[in-house]
Amino acid sequence: MALLRRLAAALPLLASLALVGCASDDGTIQSQKLSAIKARGSLICGVDGKSPGFSFVGPDGSYSGLDVDVCKAVAAALFGDPTKVDFRDLNSSERFAALASGEVDLLSRNTTYTLSRDAAGGNGLSFAPTVFYDGQGVMVPNASGIKTLKDLAGKPICVETGTTTELNLADRMRELNTAYTPLKFQTGDQTYAAYLQGRCVAVTSDRSQLAAKRTSFPDPAAHTVLPDVLSKEPLSPATVNADPAWADAVRWTVYALMQAEEIGITQANVDAKVAEAKASTNLADLRRFLGVEGDFGQQLGLPANFVVQVVKAVGNYGEIFERNVGTGSPLKIERGLNRQWKQGGLIYSPPFR
Amino acid sequence: MDSPLLRRLRRDLFATPLDGLISIVLVVALAASAAGLLHWALVQAQWAVIQANSTLFAVGRYPLDQQWRLWLLTILLAAATGLSWGLLRALPRPDRPARLWPFNDRLAAVLLAGLALGLPLLLRLGTAIQLRWWVITALLLLARWAAGRWGRRIPDPVRRWIPLIWPLLYLLGMVLISGGLGLVNVSPSEWGGLLLTLLEASFAILLCFPLGVLLALGRRSALPLLRWGAVLYIEFIRGAPLITLLFLGQNILGFLLPGGLAPERVWRAAWVLTFFAAAYVAEAVRSGLAAVPLGQLEAARSLGLAMPQALIHVVLPQALRVALPATVGQFITLLQDTTLLSLIGLLDLLGTARTVMANPAFLGKNAEVYLVLAVLFWGCCAALGLGSRALETRLNTHSTAKA
Amino acid sequence: MATAGLPWWRNRRLIPWLVQAGVGLAVLVLVAFLVTNLVRNLTAAGLLLSWSWLDNPAGFDIAETWLPFDAGLPYWRGLLAGLVNTLRVVVLGLVGSTLLGTLAGTASFSGNALLRSLARVYVEVIRNVPLLLQLVFWYFVVFLQLPNGSAAIQIPGLVLAKSGLYLGQPELVNGVWQASMRVSVEFGALLTGLVVYTGAFIAEVVRGGVAAVPAGQWEAARSLGFSPLQTLRSIVLPQALRAIVPGLNSQYISLAKNSSLAVACGYTDLYSVAETTLNQTGRAVEVVLILLGSYLVIDLTISALMNGLNQLVQLKER
Repeated sequence: MALLRRLAAALPLLASLALVGCASDDGTIQSQKLSAIKARGSLICGVDGKSPGFSFVGPDGSYSGLDVDVCKAVAAALFGDPTKVDFRDLNSSERFAALASGEVDLLSRNTTYTLSRDAAGGNGLSFAPTVFYDGQGVMVPNASGIKTLKDLAGKPICVETGTTTELNLADRMRELNTAYTPLKFQTGDQTYAAYLQGRCVAVTSDRSQLAAKRTSFPDPAAHTVLPDVLSKEPLSPATVNADPAWADAVRWTVYALMQAEEIGITQANVDAKVAEAKASTNLADLRRFLGVEGDFGQQLGLPANFVVQVVKAVGNYGEIFERNVGTGSPLKIERGLNRQWKQGGLIYSPPFR
Repeated sequence: MDSPLLRRLRRDLFATPLDGLISIVLVVALAASAAGLLHWALVQAQWAVIQANSTLFAVGRYPLDQQWRLWLLTILLAAATGLSWGLLRALPRPDRPARLWPFNDRLAAVLLAGLALGLPLLLRLGTAIQLRWWVITALLLLARWAAGRWGRRIPDPVRRWIPLIWPLLYLLGMVLISGGLGLVNVSPSEWGGLLLTLLEASFAILLCFPLGVLLALGRRSALPLLRWGAVLYIEFIRGAPLITLLFLGQNILGFLLPGGLAPERVWRAAWVLTFFAAAYVAEAVRSGLAAVPLGQLEAARSLGLAMPQALIHVVLPQALRVALPATVGQFITLLQDTTLLSLIGLLDLLGTARTVMANPAFLGKNAEVYLVLAVLFWGCCAALGLGSRALETRLNTHSTAKA
Repeated sequence: MATAGLPWWRNRRLIPWLVQAGVGLAVLVLVAFLVTNLVRNLTAAGLLLSWSWLDNPAGFDIAETWLPFDAGLPYWRGLLAGLVNTLRVVVLGLVGSTLLGTLAGTASFSGNALLRSLARVYVEVIRNVPLLLQLVFWYFVVFLQLPNGSAAIQIPGLVLAKSGLYLGQPELVNGVWQASMRVSVEFGALLTGLVVYTGAFIAEVVRGGVAAVPAGQWEAARSLGFSPLQTLRSIVLPQALRAIVPGLNSQYISLAKNSSLAVACGYTDLYSVAETTLNQTGRAVEVVLILLGSYLVIDLTISALMNGLNQLVQLKER
C-alpha cells in the first residue's frame, strides 16, 4: 500500500510533464499559417503512408513517394531543408477534418480536386495544382471473364471507403442500372488483401493505383484493368481556404517543380544554372525564376531562392515522377496525361513573372 | 496394470462413457490442430515479414541514430525489474514464510532466459541485437539474484525510498523517449510499434487510476453536485464506444480548442484513453468502496480524522485492496484497447502491422503478422494478470495471517 | 449548529457548498470556453451546426442491408440502415455469446479434466488478445480462406462460400451464388469475433456465479440421486443466475459497443456509414453526436432489459 501511495503522490508530476509535452504547438491563429510554420521550424504534412509510389514507409522508417516529395519540396521552399517535415498518416475519412482543425498544414494524400471539396460551403479546401492526373478504373482477374462494367452485375466490388472512388462507382452503376455489392474497407491494404483473397471479383481505384498494386501481386499478368474510365481524378495537394497566402506559397512551389522541368533545370544541374544566371544579365526569365533578381520569393513569403532550394532537394517534377512512379520505379506508370504540355500532356505552369 | 497414472487418467478422462467419448474427440481434434499449426508455422509460413520489419514493429520510425536511448531505457527497466523482484522476495511480509527462490520464480527465470536466448535467434535478428538482448536478460536475472541475496542488508531508511525508482524511471523514460535535457527532440509522430503501444497504455494506466479514484469518491460523495457530475461523466463515457471517443478526440478536439493548442495526435489519443479508462476504473473502485463497512469511516471520523484523512488512511486502503483485481482487469483491457489507435491512423503495433502488410513485398502475410501480434499481446496481458494475482496475495491480510 | 464563534472557513455546513460551487463554476467556465471555441472555429470553417444535410442524397451504396437502401436515398436513411445492421449483429451476438459463454463457463466444472482445461485455455487466450486483432484474424485469415464458386462447401439447402452463407435453395448463377437467405462473410467474421471474445468474458461471469453456489447444494442434489448435468441445470444454474445476471449486463453493453469495430472486417455498420457520411459532408460534430446518441440508446435499452431480468431472477423473499 505504501508503494501505491507513493506512486499516487508522483502522479501529478507526471501529469504536468505530459502537459509540457503537449504544448509543442504555438498558439498562432490559422490565418497566419505561414508564420506559424516558420516559428515551429517544421511543416506538418498529412499523407496516406500506406500507398507505394505516393507515400510509403520503408522498413528503415523513412517516408518516400510522390506525395511525400511534394511535402519535402514545400519544406525545402520554406526552410531550405527537405527533412523539416513531420509526416502524419491520415486515413481517407479523417483527412479533411485534420486539415480544417489545423492539425496538418498541408494535405498531400492523393486527394481528388472536386467542387464540393473546394467550395467554401463544402469542405472549404484550397487546392494546389494537380500533381497527378488520374482516372478511376476497375481491375479484375483475367479468369473472371469480365470485360465491361455491365458484367459486374450482382458481383461484389472492393472499394476503399470515404473516397470519391466509392461515389463514382455508385454513380456509374446507377447510370448503367446495374446492381452490385460494394465491399468497403478503411484502408487500401485491406481492400487489396480482400481482392487478392478472392472476396471480390473486382477492385476499383485510381488507374495509377491499380497499375501500381498489380505490379506487386504474385502474378501481375493474371489481372487486367478494364478499359472503362469511371471518372476524372486530378490528384492535388490541398490547404485550407482560410489562408490564401499559405495556399499561394504551396501552389507556386508546385508550379516551380513543373516549370523547372519545362526549362530543363534538374537536381544535378541546378547549381550550374544558378551560376549561369548570375553570370549573364540577359537571361532575365531564368534569373527571375531562380531568384537571382526580382522578389518573387518575398511576395510569397518564401526565401528569394526558394526554387533553387526546392529543385536541389527533390529535383523537378519529371524527376519526382520518374523516381517514385515512373517506368524506372516498381510501379512502371507511363507519363501519359502527366507529360509536360509541350509533349502533349497537362502539366503546365503559368509564367513566373 | 493399475499404476497411479492410469488410475488418474481413468478418473480425469474416462469416468463415464460420455466422458470417454468427449475425451477421445477432444484429443483427436487437438492433435490434428496442433499438427496443422506446426506444419504451417514451420513449413508454409514465411517469417521474413517479421525479420525484415522487426525494428518497425519494435519502435516504429524512431530515428536510427537515437535508438541508443531506447536501449538505455530497456537496460534501466531490466535492472529496476530485477531489483524490485529480488527485494520482494528478500523482504517478505513478516507474517509470511520467506523463500528466496520459490518454484514460480525459478520457472519464470528459466522461461525468461529461454525466451531471450531463443526468440532473437528464431527471428534471426542481427548478432549485435541478439547479444544486446542476452546482456539485458542477464542483467535482469543478475539484479534479481543480487537483490534477493543482499536485499536484507539494505538499511531501512534507504529501503523505504526504493519504490520511488519507478516513478523516477518513468519520468526519465519520458525524457529519453521524447528528448529534452540536452537530448535531441524526437517528435511523437515518429514513435510507433510496440514502443507507442506500451507508452500509450502505461500513460493511460498511470493517470486513469487517480482520476478513477476521484470519480468513485465523487460518485459516493454526499454533495449532490459532485455526485451527479461524477455519475453523468461515468455513464456518458461508459455508454460510448471507445472508437467514437477516439474519433471525437482526433476530429473535433481541434475545433474545441483555440487554434494550435490541441495536443499532438499521439497525446490526444493518450488522453482519450485515460479519460475513457478512468470511468471504468471508477466503477471498479466504487465496488471496492461499497465493500468497506460504513463503520470504518465513522470510526475514523470520531477519532478526529478530517474527511480527506479518513478517506486516505482508512477507507481507500481497504477499498483499493478489494478493487485491485477488477482494476487490473481494466488495465489489461486498456492495453488491448490501444489497438484501436490503428483505426484512427496512429502507428501502434497493429497500425504498424497494417503499414507493413501494405508493402508489396509482404502482401498477404496476414496470418504470420497477426499471430506474432497476438502472442505479444497475450504475453503482455498475461504478465499483467499474473502480477496482479501476486500483488493480491501480498496485500491480502486475511488468508494467511498467523496469530 | 454552533457557527457563531467559528471563522467561516471552519464552518462545516458552508465548506461543502463552497467546494461544490467552486467545482460547478470551474466546469461551467470550461464548458463555456469549449463551446465558444467550437462555435467560432465551426463558423470560420463554414460548418456551423445544421441538420438539413441529412435530407441530401447519400450517393454511396451499402452492401448488405435489411432496410432497402441505394445511393439515391438521403443520408438519414443510410444512417438508419447502418443502425439496423448494427442491431442485427448485436442481437445475434448477445444470443451467441450467451450460449458459448454458458457452455464454456459450465465446462470448467466438468468431471473431464481435458474439457475443464480446454475451457480455461479458451478463456485465458481469448481474454488476453485484443478484440480488433481477433476480428482481422477471423476475417482475413479464416473466413477469406473459404472456397469460392462451385468449390464452395455444399450441404443440401445450405452453401458456405467465400462470399457468404446461403440458405434456402442456393444456386450458382453466372459464378455467383444466389439464395433466398444470405449472410455475408463480413457479417460472419464480425459475429464470430464478437461471440468468441464476449463468450470468454461471459464464461468467467458464469463460472463465478456457479462457484458462488454453496458446495452443499451440489452434495444435496447428488444425495437425492441427481446426475451432475441434472444438478447443474435444475439446482445450481437457477441459483447462480442471481449472481450472473448483473455481470452479464456489462458484458452485453460492451458487446454492443464493440460491434463498432465492424469497419475492421468490411461490414457496414452504423459507425462505418457515419464515417463515410462525415467524409462526404464534413459534418464532424453532427455525425459524432448521432453516433454517441445511438450507442447510448442501445446501451440504455440493454440495461433496462437486463434490470428487468434481474428483478425476475432475484430471490423472492416471503
